[in-house]
Amino acid sequence: MKRLLPLLALMAALAPSVRAADFSPAIIYDFGGKFDRSFNQSASEGVQRFKKETGIAAREFEIQNASQREQIMRQFARRGASIIVAVGFTQASAVETVAKEYPDVKFTLVDAVVDLPNVESIVFREQESSFLCGMAAALASKTGKVGFVGGMDIPLIRKFALGYRAGVAYVNPKDEVFENMTGTTPAAWTNPSEGAELAKSQFGRGADVVFHAAGATGVGVMQAAADAGLLSIGCDSNQDYLHPGSVLTSALKRVDVAVYTAFSEARKGTWRPGVKVLGLAEEGVGVSIDEFNRKLVSPDMEARLNQARADIISGKITVPEYKSP
Amino acid sequence: MGIDKRFGAVHANRDVNLSVARGSIHGLIGENGAGKSTLMNIVYGFHRADRGEIRVNGRAVQIGRPRDSIDAGIGMVHQHFMLVENFSVLENVVLGAEGGRLLGKGLAAARAGLEALARDYGLDVPLDAETGHLPVGLQQRVEILKALHHRAEILILDEPTAVLTPPEADQLFRMLSLLRDQGKTVVLVTHKLREIMAVTDRVTVMRQGAVVHETATRDTSPKALAEQMVGRSVSLRVEKGPASPGPVLLEVRNLCVSDRLGVPRVKSASFALRAGEIVGIAGVSGNGQTELLEALTGIRRPTSGEVLLSGRALTPKGLGPRGLRSLGVAHVPEDRLKMGVVSSFSAEDNVILGYHDRGAFARGGFFRRGAIRADCVAKMSAFDVRPTDPSLRITSFSGGNQQKLVLAREMDCGPSVLIVGQPTRGVDIGAIEFIHRRIVELRDQGKAVLVVSVELDEIMGLSDRILVMAGGEVVGELPGAEATEETLGLMMAGVRREGSR
Amino acid sequence: MSAGGRLPRWAEYGLLPLVNLAAALLLSGIVVRLIGESPWAALKLMVAGAFGSQDSIGYTLFYATDFVFTGLAVAVAFHAGLFNIGGEGQAYIGGLGVGLVGLAMGAWSAWVVIPAMIAAGCVFGAAWAFVPAWLQARRGSHIVITTIMFNFIASALMTYLLVNVLIRPGQQSPESREFGPGAVMPAMTDVLGRMGIKFASSPFNLASALALAACLLVWLFLWRTRWGYALRVVGQNPQAAVYAGISPERTTIVAMLLSGALAGCLGVNELAGSQHRILLDFPGGAGIVGIAVALMGRNHPLGILASSLLFGALYQGGSQLSFDMPHVNRDMVILIQGLVILFCGAMENLFRRPLAALLGAASR
Repeated sequence: MKRLLPLLALMAALAPSVRAADFSPAIIYDFGGKFDRSFNQSASEGVQRFKKETGIAAREFEIQNASQREQIMRQFARRGASIIVAVGFTQASAVETVAKEYPDVKFTLVDAVVDLPNVESIVFREQESSFLCGMAAALASKTGKVGFVGGMDIPLIRKFALGYRAGVAYVNPKDEVFENMTGTTPAAWTNPSEGAELAKSQFGRGADVVFHAAGATGVGVMQAAADAGLLSIGCDSNQDYLHPGSVLTSALKRVDVAVYTAFSEARKGTWRPGVKVLGLAEEGVGVSIDEFNRKLVSPDMEARLNQARADIISGKITVPEYKSP
Repeated sequence: MGIDKRFGAVHANRDVNLSVARGSIHGLIGENGAGKSTLMNIVYGFHRADRGEIRVNGRAVQIGRPRDSIDAGIGMVHQHFMLVENFSVLENVVLGAEGGRLLGKGLAAARAGLEALARDYGLDVPLDAETGHLPVGLQQRVEILKALHHRAEILILDEPTAVLTPPEADQLFRMLSLLRDQGKTVVLVTHKLREIMAVTDRVTVMRQGAVVHETATRDTSPKALAEQMVGRSVSLRVEKGPASPGPVLLEVRNLCVSDRLGVPRVKSASFALRAGEIVGIAGVSGNGQTELLEALTGIRRPTSGEVLLSGRALTPKGLGPRGLRSLGVAHVPEDRLKMGVVSSFSAEDNVILGYHDRGAFARGGFFRRGAIRADCVAKMSAFDVRPTDPSLRITSFSGGNQQKLVLAREMDCGPSVLIVGQPTRGVDIGAIEFIHRRIVELRDQGKAVLVVSVELDEIMGLSDRILVMAGGEVVGELPGAEATEETLGLMMAGVRREGSR
Repeated sequence: MSAGGRLPRWAEYGLLPLVNLAAALLLSGIVVRLIGESPWAALKLMVAGAFGSQDSIGYTLFYATDFVFTGLAVAVAFHAGLFNIGGEGQAYIGGLGVGLVGLAMGAWSAWVVIPAMIAAGCVFGAAWAFVPAWLQARRGSHIVITTIMFNFIASALMTYLLVNVLIRPGQQSPESREFGPGAVMPAMTDVLGRMGIKFASSPFNLASALALAACLLVWLFLWRTRWGYALRVVGQNPQAAVYAGISPERTTIVAMLLSGALAGCLGVNELAGSQHRILLDFPGGAGIVGIAVALMGRNHPLGILASSLLFGALYQGGSQLSFDMPHVNRDMVILIQGLVILFCGAMENLFRRPLAALLGAASR
């Protein structure tokens, strides 16, 4: 400890000037890693956008084991990060601990809520976009059977599944929904071949549209749909471009917008703690329609989706939300 | 014109010179660990010499691997056959000399060649039989054929009679003589004096890695050879007085034992073992002796029959090895390294094997290290085990010393019945003498001893009564004094011929 | 040791592992160079990251504690001739036991709760090892296969429990609520603080003392008791065991129970010591790393202690490396760890012969 004292003193002396001189954002990705083509990647896109517009690069870290979350978060805080974005609900308890230790550092937590004066919690109403995806699937299906492939069997994914079922039922209550979870370990997020297997088995039972909420595993789901000449629905990021003509639409979860907004607000000084719930109304979630899937979305389908969107926002349609027991 | 070689290896072989004349049978004799096998393995290319050279017909050859040796015209028949059991004889013989990419052509050519060989040397073998199904004697012939097929001029046989009945061994020797007469050269590696005397022209004696003597066989005698092997005068006979049998300690009635696959191995064996006598069980290896031993010592459960200890029935439920030990039945197993010791353990840890839960060694589960060590040292000095270092790994001891340690362990706990399998397998002559003396001493203390051995000399020397086993049955009984090699050999082999094979 | 080349003890246990480690680091250095970073700087960062400050030392020791438990678990089974791949699952279920006690008795005094947590971790871990052990002993089902299967079953069971039963109501993350104050293994910073020594805060906790005790107990058990003796006889020569009246079946089961209990103690370090709640996948692969740890440590408690420290340092140093070198992402760190396992575990004999020849030449 004695040897460390001068170092600490030096750091203390330097810290304010460092903070004044430049803005230093940091982000911690979850298990999937920042190239999961899904949730974490979406967050990473927000970081890229911020860098492009401001020239400020954020410090990044990908989590490898549970104990690292607090450790890395603390380290970012100690080294003078202005704002730390923690991506993923698994980081909630780490944020809760570390935010208390560093009350001057701003924390933004995506996908979970921590109630502290220096924490901004951003959660999404995934069930709303899933509902629209369910409608789109039911409208596009010719067999009256549609599929859902989840990643790891956790409440968040059940939330997706429930919204999806509700959307399908809203269009056609008699339609059948096949639901499969890839696994029960975090490996379920990164297993494209298993995803493809599950999708194929659903196709085998007659499904012709399949929606995935499975991170990198979903890449396999979409590949299987493209190979079989059937339809898939992407998740989190806009994945329409992956297989043009086969991806019906994507359930958007604008983690990129959330991350980008958190960084820019913190920089401008307009960042506020508290809970932000982003749904269709806030454009935090939605479904994609772009040049890659234009041909798949009929004008009628688009009209009905838009109507439902308006109804959800106005409260005419209530989308059921999964509650953990 | 023979081989001449020099080595400078640290211990196994010390500047060994050996020359073998073409067209002769040359015996190489020595105790275990004298360096015979090392030498032969160097000649055959399994090991490399540190120094020295090998000459064949006067020409120096480089032998780095078995292939080189085969090319130089050397063939070897190992103690443990190197045959693929589920290949046919023909396939085994051509193995390593298939003659081209397509097997069929090579096989056809080989068949013709082999038939010629078989004619010339009287080596009749059914070429299409599955090798694993042949009796060991025939398997050995396959090995010899194989060497000849690979154009061997020099044939090395390592302990070839270990697995044979006496008549089979005689047949082998006749074959070897025939080979010699046809101009082949034979090196016979053995530790049995009788064989050296019976068949060789010249003999080389090795001791502690060095050649100590070489002579024409007719100029020497078994006693002289034995003394050269050991380096001091030895007695080849077991010195013992007449037995004074007491009450029956162990009795076996109609005992049947099957192996793991359910094949009956012991068929209705009955005999009794009295206090103060040594009963020997003779038989060719694999005729039920192993299973009998295992049943008597609680390792294997008999399928039927009775075992009585001092008149008390142990069967049908039986006792485990632990229970039997506590009743005074000690067991020296046939295969020391497979069962009798744990080769990675030290001497002291091996000396408590089976007795590790006795109060003398463990209190409340915790070992009394000091007591264990002291006990091991005591046993080592009582049985003349060298070096007297209890912490040394058991495999650092010679076979004889290992066996003495096992014997010490089993004799020292005051057993009333001692069951010994192959008391001197892999044991040097000096230790054999010692072990035999100890067994006789135990008998003279009024204990019952059952000895199973494939060495007829040993059975005849030790036993007061001899039982002969063949095909799983006890086929005969002789008083020890009346037994000769011929009578025993006939009993061992005769039943086999009528038997299931 | 099968391969030729006998080495003196100091070289066998000191020099050879160091040479292997150096080779692994050299190869890692080349890879680091290839991606355009300085290998020397990377090595310095790793070492400093693992041992450079009190909190990094704390993290290193914290990870090392996990590995001691799982490494010992592998070693005990190995001495009985069993290859227990199921440390991960046994640790996971062991943690469930720790956690259930923590949740149920959290309000009680720590003097009661912590021993109860340790006991529960052992019992649950052992119970999870029992089924594969029984199948091996009585049915001959290969323990490698069954323990791997049981890792998957443990994972599925824990996910089910966390998602449906143990989850704290009203939250997304499949985690239980926090344990009560009595169910917290004292952190080393507090323990040392009370003794007047300042030590930076980290997850390093008293479970590390438990790990040290486990090392000692395992050593005593294996080499100083008749039960440990019987276990080693079965592992080295099952036939000799039968001959000596030791039941290989019963010994197999006992060894696996002990192995599972040791693995179960990981939960004490991770949950009682650091996380204070049950959460998904907390063993984080430590059960599998335990195999490498035991292999490197030659299945001896002292060796396991040393190799656990090495792996703890690799974990902690590696995480610092990827923190400070943006180009070195976590996959690189896994690669480096893999190389160390490869050289020190799987290919440990690579340098044995040359080394033996070198030493032999020098001594002649």
